[in-house]
Amino acid sequence: MKKIILLNIFYFSFCTLAVKSAEKGGMPQLDPEFWVSQIFWLTITFGTLFLVLSKFILPRISKNLEQRKLQILENIETAEKQREQSEKNLKEFDEIILKSKNKAKELMLAARERVVSEITKKKIKLDEDLNSEIQNVEKEIIELKLSSPKKINSIASNITNEVIKRLIGTDVNESSVSALVEQELKKLSRSTYGI
Amino acid sequence: MAANPMYQFNVYRIGPEIKIGEIDLSFTNASLFMVISSLAILIIFNLGAQKRNIIPDKIQLLSELSYTFVSKMISDTAGSKAKPYFSFIFSLFMFVLFCNMFGMIPYSFTVTSHIIVTFVLAAFIFIGVTIIGFIKHGFGYLKLFVPSGVPVVLLPLIVVIEIISYLSRPISLSVRLFANMMAGHTMMKVFGGFVVSLGIVGGWLPLSFSVALTGLEILVAFLQAYVFAILTCIYLNDALNLHH
Repeated sequence: MKKIILLNIFYFSFCTLAVKSAEKGGMPQLDPEFWVSQIFWLTITFGTLFLVLSKFILPRISKNLEQRKLQILENIETAEKQREQSEKNLKEFDEIILKSKNKAKELMLAARERVVSEITKKKIKLDEDLNSEIQNVEKEIIELKLSSPKKINSIASNITNEVIKRLIGTDVNESSVSALVEQELKKLSRSTYGI
Repeated sequence: MAANPMYQFNVYRIGPEIKIGEIDLSFTNASLFMVISSLAILIIFNLGAQKRNIIPDKIQLLSELSYTFVSKMISDTAGSKAKPYFSFIFSLFMFVLFCNMFGMIPYSFTVTSHIIVTFVLAAFIFIGVTIIGFIKHGFGYLKLFVPSGVPVVLLPLIVVIEIISYLSRPISLSVRLFANMMAGHTMMKVFGGFVVSLGIVGGWLPLSFSVALTGLEILVAFLQAYVFAILTCIYLNDALNLHH
């Protein structure tokens, strides 16, 4: 009860204060002198603001935004296209490289084969040449071998003949000299070669 | 007189007295700031709309960001049906925001600190939303007052409460904005008066408080404009999509 009375006193004192301050001027907001003017000017300013914004400015902003969106989408599309194209190009490039690699391999193999076959051909020829040369030389050697004792015999008999002529001063029968030389040589060769 | 914290809300005539019959339509300081706010909005957004860069510069970015901000706010609260009302809500939000912000300049006048201005705006919104509701739903719009899933016994009470809450919408909407602006500006004036009266010795505390209050008031100026716009969207949502 006491609280209510206190509250009432407070409330009434507040009311009288408010009334007094209102009489003094108080809240200018509650003074109706310029209410109509304010409503009038609010209508005019807000009305023009609304009309100009909605008719001229906002459509342009929304158009701008839309255009930007479109442009961005377009750009993304072209970027996507270009990416695909570049991927394609990359694939082609890879293919070309692979092809050329294969070709190079083939070329290399062919060249190698050619070289190898040439080398073998030449080798064979060389071998043949060498063989024939060797055979010739061997033949010559054999011939030489075969002919050498005879030559040696004749040389030895000639030399002996000459030596005897000088020493004695008379011609000796050639056939007997050569027979003697041959006999001696045979003995010599038997002692040197151990035959 | 200037020491009176309510003095800043005085409306006075600028220029000649304009009278049509008995009605006083004189140009006042309030009208001046309405015109300044509207012109500022128009100039800024016109500049922003004129440029068509793909990469926006600052003023273009400002206008485009506010555009997307308001359009997102509307689509979030009222859905896609509220698109035709976009330009109205955009101008409303910008008008209230710019009036609040211009009020933050010292020695200026805060248009939205007058109940008559906010009440006219709120009443216009209220009437408009009600008309839209009746056009969209006919008498079915009255279903708004009958929430579904309420026991029949409670129904008369609920309907009365709903009607009262619906009718008090313009009052709550207008008083919220008006009271916030008035209270904030009065407080700043009072603390400014303290700074003067306490002088160089004791004036530092109210001065620092005043600085903090200025920041808070700028926040409130934005917030109240936002709340005003978003409540309009919510009322519009009730009218467009009958949820109950």
